[in-house]
Amino acid sequence: MGILKTQEVVYEYIRRDEEGNVEGITTAVDHVNLEVEQGQFIAVLGHNGSGKSTLAKHINAILTPTEGTVWVDGMNTSEENKVWDIRQTAGMVFQNPDNQIIGQVVEEDVGFGPENMGVPTKEIWERVEESLKAVGMYAYRKYSPNKLSGGQKQRVSIAGVLAMHPKCIVLDEPTAMLDPNGRKEVIRAARGLNQVEGVTVILITHYMEEIIHADKVFVMDSGKIAMEGTPREIFSQVERLQELRLDVPQVTLLAHELQKRGIELPNGILTIEELADCLMS
Amino acid sequence: MSIILDHVNYIYGEDTPFAIKALDDICLTIPDGQFVGIIGHTGSGKSTLMQHLNGLVKAGSGRIFFNGEDIYEKDFDMKKLRSKVGLVFQYPEHQLFEIDVFSDVCFGPKNLGLEKREAELRAYDALRKVGLPDELFYQSPFELSGGQKRRVAIAGVLAMKPEVLILDEPTAGLDPKGRDEILHQIKELQQSSGMTILLVSHSMEDVAEYVDRIIVMNKGRVMYDDIPKRVFGHYKELEEVGLAAPQVTYILRELKRRGLPVDGNATTIEEAADTIAEALKRRPSGKLF
Amino acid sequence: MLRDITLGQYYQTDSILHRLDPRVKLAGTLLYIVSLFFFRNFIGYFIAAVFLALVIKLSHVPFKFMVKGMKAILFLLLITVVFNLFLTPGETLVSLWKFTITKEGLRTAVTMAVRLVMLVIGSSIMTLTTTPNNLTDGMEKGMRPLRIFKVPVHEVAMMMSIALRFIPILLEETDKIMKAQIARGADFESGNLVKRAKALVPLLVPLFISAFRRANDLAMAMEARCYRGGEGRTKMKPLAYQKRDRAAYLCIFVYLAVSIGAGRLMI
Repeated sequence: MGILKTQEVVYEYIRRDEEGNVEGITTAVDHVNLEVEQGQFIAVLGHNGSGKSTLAKHINAILTPTEGTVWVDGMNTSEENKVWDIRQTAGMVFQNPDNQIIGQVVEEDVGFGPENMGVPTKEIWERVEESLKAVGMYAYRKYSPNKLSGGQKQRVSIAGVLAMHPKCIVLDEPTAMLDPNGRKEVIRAARGLNQVEGVTVILITHYMEEIIHADKVFVMDSGKIAMEGTPREIFSQVERLQELRLDVPQVTLLAHELQKRGIELPNGILTIEELADCLMS
Repeated sequence: MSIILDHVNYIYGEDTPFAIKALDDICLTIPDGQFVGIIGHTGSGKSTLMQHLNGLVKAGSGRIFFNGEDIYEKDFDMKKLRSKVGLVFQYPEHQLFEIDVFSDVCFGPKNLGLEKREAELRAYDALRKVGLPDELFYQSPFELSGGQKRRVAIAGVLAMKPEVLILDEPTAGLDPKGRDEILHQIKELQQSSGMTILLVSHSMEDVAEYVDRIIVMNKGRVMYDDIPKRVFGHYKELEEVGLAAPQVTYILRELKRRGLPVDGNATTIEEAADTIAEALKRRPSGKLF
Repeated sequence: MLRDITLGQYYQTDSILHRLDPRVKLAGTLLYIVSLFFFRNFIGYFIAAVFLALVIKLSHVPFKFMVKGMKAILFLLLITVVFNLFLTPGETLVSLWKFTITKEGLRTAVTMAVRLVMLVIGSSIMTLTTTPNNLTDGMEKGMRPLRIFKVPVHEVAMMMSIALRFIPILLEETDKIMKAQIARGADFESGNLVKRAKALVPLLVPLFISAFRRANDLAMAMEARCYRGGEGRTKMKPLAYQKRDRAAYLCIFVYLAVSIGAGRLMI
């Protein structure tokens, strides 16, 4: 079994009106099956409200499925005594950079996770140092988080998770509140973790340009997995993506437009070089 | 009728060890009815600039004229200015507070001292303009989706019937479809009402299609102020300050470099596709032949 | 606006004072404040002032920065002085219309003002040189004996440190919401008390909603990072007394003995 496996996962929550009467049931995650191998870079795409964040919270045992099973490194998330092991195995970075930093100094925040795990003091320092170096924030270790940019705060959050030595990191829309520079910084850090440290990365996002380098992409829509494949396979279906309220990188879109004008091009072009090569050959 | 900024300066955190020159000698003229994109990365001064335009932040030095009147004159009516220059902040849904959508949108017009009926008429009109379905008018604003909340918040400012509408990152945090919908709506609004619109953004790609003019801010200064095509021509300089021209610009440059005679000034996908198709046809050894 | 308050904000630099154990600083501040109330003559205050000046010098925090913080208590200081100056009975010095200034009044007003200024500067040196986290750590460890009485020391310390982390964020948010509502024509400044209180609704409702959302997010983030209370936790920066801390204790006691001894002499 891989690092993550979900089997027929359903998550429902009950909507109530102001008096607390049941108004209806919303199915946020609807029979999802997926499997992730250790060391992969996985992207989960979907528009707002597609259920991708709800699914992400299952990987960290913040939510447990109404039906079906989630296994993280072989551990069933519905078993309560496994919760802390699961959270150590699969760390999580959230969307809002301000609301997940606990420490008032960067290094203290990164040390928070290991402190909770009962790691000895000397080792905490080693872990903090290596984690901050891995995301390129070591120079800022003595800073107050309030003095950092959004992208830097998110990198600190990633370091905070990394210091717990997880096998897998789930990034739940880590770039949604950042500017383009911040977005690039965070994605670069996430790719670094995956390539250098060999951590499995599960990136939840709605920005297409962030998933180009993923090993595998899942596209979610109304709680279900709507598409699944390599970035190239996904991007070759421009119309389908637009139906799912998603964007396509401008290169891919342009290639699609050119195809419509009768120019022969392969499907799913992802980079400028590729397009130029195909056009000029 | 216009907004004129005359040598405006503003220092953030003056007299502290962290003083930053947020605005540095800004001179701008914004004529009526223009759709202007203001681009800059975080900390470039673009948000501070916007807050000057409706008097929320007072310039350290320099003058600002609204329709010919100096807004820093003693007898100038700031409240009136704020009703004429509507400002929609980043994540405006965070300012919603009423029990239902409709009352929330009425807040602005009521503050202007309008009668209840007039205020309600304006609120209704504004909600229609942002394309919110009628059945949501009496819902709690907190139960709406992110995109809907944002529309309600924009309507809250529109209901004051401003002549100038300033939007600070109106698409932040929305998904691509939600972003396009809001931008379309704003463009429509500008065309139907002739309102002046200033759109603050850090993404060139987002605004390229919509605006007549782009002002690029960097380190508190106006770096470029021109029509989109010409601003994107400076893509190298833009890159140096951490901004990027739309990807299309780079594609066309690359093709040109490799010898395909395309028009490097195209900014939208459509235009780019046209010029590439055209160039390929003209090329004697193209793949079409 | 609200962010301009510098009183007691941590000032980042490196000094011997910054490196001292927070427990030393806590105890030292407390003892210093107590000492101020023992003096009966000018010499005591003089010694206290010299001691304070030395500590300020050691702290590497610019004196200007502290003085700026004093603006916040200027009003309080003024009231103290005025009340003591005019309302203390005794030997008349000057008489102006209905107001009389007495010798005793002048004396109390001056001592009170000096005491207040030294007290505020003294305690702000502690907060200026100690990160809030460090301070809560110091309190947590210093108050540990209270756990016998079932006082949730760790939880209180954690709450304090989170509150401190979020104060600047919430202040900024207040500023932003306020501006957004002003842009919608809200008026926070005119009208009578009832009207003003009512005008706060559009500010307070969004602020509370945001605070709750942040609290919820933060709780989730903490749980995701395996936080489950103080049990079984280790410390990244455990407090342990160093040589310099013992030296600092010695200095404080020497100061106490000298200042109180001299300050209580009858001249």
